[in-house]
Amino acid sequence: MSNIEQTLPEEGDRLENAIELKEVEGLSQGQIVLRRFLRHKGAMAGLVVLLGVVILATTSIGWGPIPGWWKGGGFGGSGAVEIPGGRPTLQVFGEKGLIYIGNYPFGQDEIGRDMFALTMRGTQQSLMMMVIIGLIATAIGVLIGAFAGFFRGALDNFLMRFTDVFLVLPTIVVGAVLGRMFGSVNAVLLAVTLGLISWPGLARLVRGDFLALREREFVDAARVAGASNWRIMFKHMLPNAMGVIIVNTTLLMSAAILLETALSYLGFGIRRPDISLGLLINEYQTAFATRPWLFWWPGLIIVTIALCINFIGDGLRDAFDPRQRRIPTARALRRTEKAEARRQARAASVGTVDGAAG
Amino acid sequence: MLNFVLRRFLSSVAVLLVATFLIFVLADIAADPLEDLRTSTAPNKEALIAERTAMLELDKPSPVRYLSWLGGVAGCAIGKCDLGMAWRSNQPVSDVLSSALVVTLKLVTVATVLAIVLGVLVGVVSALRQYEGFDYGIIFLSFLLYSLPTFWVAVLLKQWVAIGFNDFLRDATISPPTIGVIAIVLGIIFGAAAGGEWRRRLMVFGISAAATAAALFYISATKWLLEPSLGPVVILASGIGIALAVTAVSTGLRNRRAMYSALTTAVVGAILWFPLQFVFRAANGGVIAGLAVVAIVIGVVIGYAWGGPDRGQSARTSAIVAFLVGMLIFADRLMQAWKPYSESSVIGGRPIPTIGSQTPGLKGSYWVVTLDQLTHLLLPTLALILISFAGYTRYQRASMLEVMNQDYVRTARAKGLTERTVIMRHAFRNSLIPLATIVPIDIAALLGGAVITERIFGWSGMGTMFLKSLANAELDPLMIYVLIVGAVAVIANFVADLVYAALDPRIRVNA
Repeated sequence: MSNIEQTLPEEGDRLENAIELKEVEGLSQGQIVLRRFLRHKGAMAGLVVLLGVVILATTSIGWGPIPGWWKGGGFGGSGAVEIPGGRPTLQVFGEKGLIYIGNYPFGQDEIGRDMFALTMRGTQQSLMMMVIIGLIATAIGVLIGAFAGFFRGALDNFLMRFTDVFLVLPTIVVGAVLGRMFGSVNAVLLAVTLGLISWPGLARLVRGDFLALREREFVDAARVAGASNWRIMFKHMLPNAMGVIIVNTTLLMSAAILLETALSYLGFGIRRPDISLGLLINEYQTAFATRPWLFWWPGLIIVTIALCINFIGDGLRDAFDPRQRRIPTARALRRTEKAEARRQARAASVGTVDGAAG
Repeated sequence: MLNFVLRRFLSSVAVLLVATFLIFVLADIAADPLEDLRTSTAPNKEALIAERTAMLELDKPSPVRYLSWLGGVAGCAIGKCDLGMAWRSNQPVSDVLSSALVVTLKLVTVATVLAIVLGVLVGVVSALRQYEGFDYGIIFLSFLLYSLPTFWVAVLLKQWVAIGFNDFLRDATISPPTIGVIAIVLGIIFGAAAGGEWRRRLMVFGISAAATAAALFYISATKWLLEPSLGPVVILASGIGIALAVTAVSTGLRNRRAMYSALTTAVVGAILWFPLQFVFRAANGGVIAGLAVVAIVIGVVIGYAWGGPDRGQSARTSAIVAFLVGMLIFADRLMQAWKPYSESSVIGGRPIPTIGSQTPGLKGSYWVVTLDQLTHLLLPTLALILISFAGYTRYQRASMLEVMNQDYVRTARAKGLTERTVIMRHAFRNSLIPLATIVPIDIAALLGGAVITERIFGWSGMGTMFLKSLANAELDPLMIYVLIVGAVAVIANFVADLVYAALDPRIRVNA
C-alpha cells in the first residue's frame, strides 16, 4: 500500500491543512478573503491610521458642504505670530499637561499663516487626486486588459501596442508635460489627466488574468448557457480577476500620491493659490534650517498615507492569494495533532483500512 | 528566432513613433515659447513675436514640425545628424545631450550597482530568516522606504548627513553614550540577521557590539576622521577576514586549498601595499583600471598555483578576494588624500557638499579630484539607493522564498549536501533569474535620469535637461530626451526577454 502513502501529504502539511480547512468550513470565497484581510495586523493598522488621517483632513477645516471645527477655518487662515519664530504650539507631556494643542499646533510660516490648516488642505487635495487617479486608471486598465485578454488576436495586439506607447515613457515625464498644461487650471482636471496615463501596468495584469480565465470550464459553461460576450466578461470573469485588480489599484494609489506630490514639487503640478503637500514641501524646503516644522508636517503626512496604503495593499494581496497560508501557531498545531491522534485511534479500533490493504 | 526579432523590432519602432508624436503634440500645446514675449512691454513686441515665430516655424501645424524633426533625427542613420537646437541658449542639442548623458551615467551607475548588491543580499538573508524578527524588520523598512518621497528624503539627507557630518567634523569626537547606542543597535541588527538559537544570537550580538564600540572609540580618541587611513596592518587583518568570509560563502571552509589560496591572496595584497604607494603617485583613471585587472589576474594565478582537482574554484575565490583587497588599498590611498582635500581653500573643512557634481576651482592630484567627485556622489547615491533598495529586497525575498520551496531544493537537501551548497548553488543562483529580467528595465529607467534627484542635488544630467527644456519650451532637447528614454526602454524590454529565455530553458522566445 506504499503508493497511497506516497500521495499523502507529509505530517506537518496535513496538520496545517486541517487547521486551514476547519477555519474556512462553510464560508464563501469573499468571506474567506475578508476574514484573512481582517486578521492581517499590518493592514488593519494601516486602515485605521488612514481613516484617521482622512477624518482629520475632511472634518477639521471642512470640505465642501462639510463645516469644519477648526477655529482657524478655511485654508491659509493666519494671525499674529503666537510663539516667537512661529513655533508649533503643540505640546506633548509639556508644561501644559498631557497634550496641549493651542492655536497653531503645526506652527506658522513667516507671514503667520496657520500651518495646520495649510497641511490639512494639502492633504485633502492629495487624497482627492489619489482617489480620482486610482478610479480612472482602474476603469481604463480593466477595460483595456479585459478586451485584450478576452478577444485575443488582432484586437489584443493593437491594444497591447497601445499600452506599450504609455509604458515606454516614464510616468513622471508624461505627467510633467500634462501637468504643465493643466496644473494651473484645476486640481480635478490634473488628476483626471494623470489617471489617463497611469493605467498601463494594470491593463497588462488584467489581460494576463483574462487570458488564463477564458480557458476555464465555467466560461465554457456560461457560453453554452447562451451568455453574451459582455455578460461572460463582466459577470463571470471579472469577479474572478477581482483579486489582481483590487491589489494593484491600491498600489497604484500609493504611486499616485507620490506622483502628485513629486509633480507639485517640480512645479508642474498644483500651483498657488491652491495647495498640495508637494507644493508645501517645495515652498518651505529652504526654511528647513530655521523653521523645520514647515517641512516636517507635509512630509510626514505623505509618508503616512503612502505607508498605510502599501500595508493595506499587502494585506489584500495576502488575503486574495490562495497559496498564502497563515502559519499556524505552535499551540494550534498541537491541538490539531491531538484531534488527529484521537481520530486515528478511533479509526484503528473500528478496523484498519490501511492494514487490510497492505 | 529571426522572425521574432524582426517582428519585435518593427512593432517597437511603431510604438516609439507614436509615443514621440504624442509627446511632441502635447508638449507643443503645453509649452508656449512666446510666453515671455506676450507679457513683455517692449515697443517692438509684435516684431519680436513674428521673428521668433519664423525662427521656430510656429506658423506650421505641429504634425508638420514633428515630421521635420523626425527627418533630422532619421538623418543619423546615414551619418548626417540634425538633432536641432536648444534655441534659448543657442546650443546644438548634441552638445547638451552628450554632457548630460555623461553626468547621468556617473550618477546612476554606482547607485544602481550598490542598490542591486545590497538589495539582493538583504533579500536573501530576509528570506532565509522568514517570519523572524529580522524578516519583519526588513519588511517594515522596505515598506517605509517605498513610501518616502525622494524630494523629502533628499532634504533630510542634506541636513543630517551633509551639514550634520560637516559640523561634527569640527571636533570629530563621539560621546560615549552615542557609541553605546550605535554599538547596541548594530549588535541587534547583526544578531537578528544571524538567526538561529538564542545562544548564537547573543554571541553574535555581543561580538559585533563590542567590535563596533571598540572601533568607534578608537575613531573618536584618535580623531581618525580628520586624517583617516588604513595602513598595511588593518589591510592585512581585514584582508584575512574577507578571505575567510568569501571562502565560506563560495566554496566552504572545508575546501582547504581554496581557503589557503584566498589567505595567500590577502597576504600578498597587504605586502603589495608598500610598492603600490609609489605607483599611485602617477595614478590616473587608466592606471587604476589596469591595476584592478592585474589584481584579479594575480588572484587567479595564486588560485591555480595551489592546484588540486578543483583549481577553478580556488582561482575564482582568490580572484574575488584579490579584487576586494585591491579596493581596500585604493580606499586607503583615497583616505590619505582626505586631509589635503578637506583643508584646501575651496573646501574649507566642510568636505561633504550638498549640491553639484564637482567643486569648481578645485586643484590637486588625481586622488583629491577623485575624492571630490566621490563626496559629491555621496548624497544623491544615498537617496537613490534608499529608494530602489526597497524594491530589490522585496523582489529578491519573494523569489528566494519561491525557490526554497521547490522540489529540487528538497532533493538537494536529501542528497545530504551542506546547507551552504544548497543555498548558494541550488537556490541562490536560480532565485536570481527573475531579477535578471527587471534589472535591464530598471537601468533603462535610470538612464532617463533620476529626474527629481538630479534636480534637488543640482546635477545637470538627463533629468535636468528634460525639466529645463520643458520649462523653457525648447522642443528639440525635450524630444531627443523622450526619444532616448523610449528607445532605451524598448531595447531593455527586449534584452530582458532574451536574457530570460537564455537563463530559463522552459521559455522559448519564438513560441
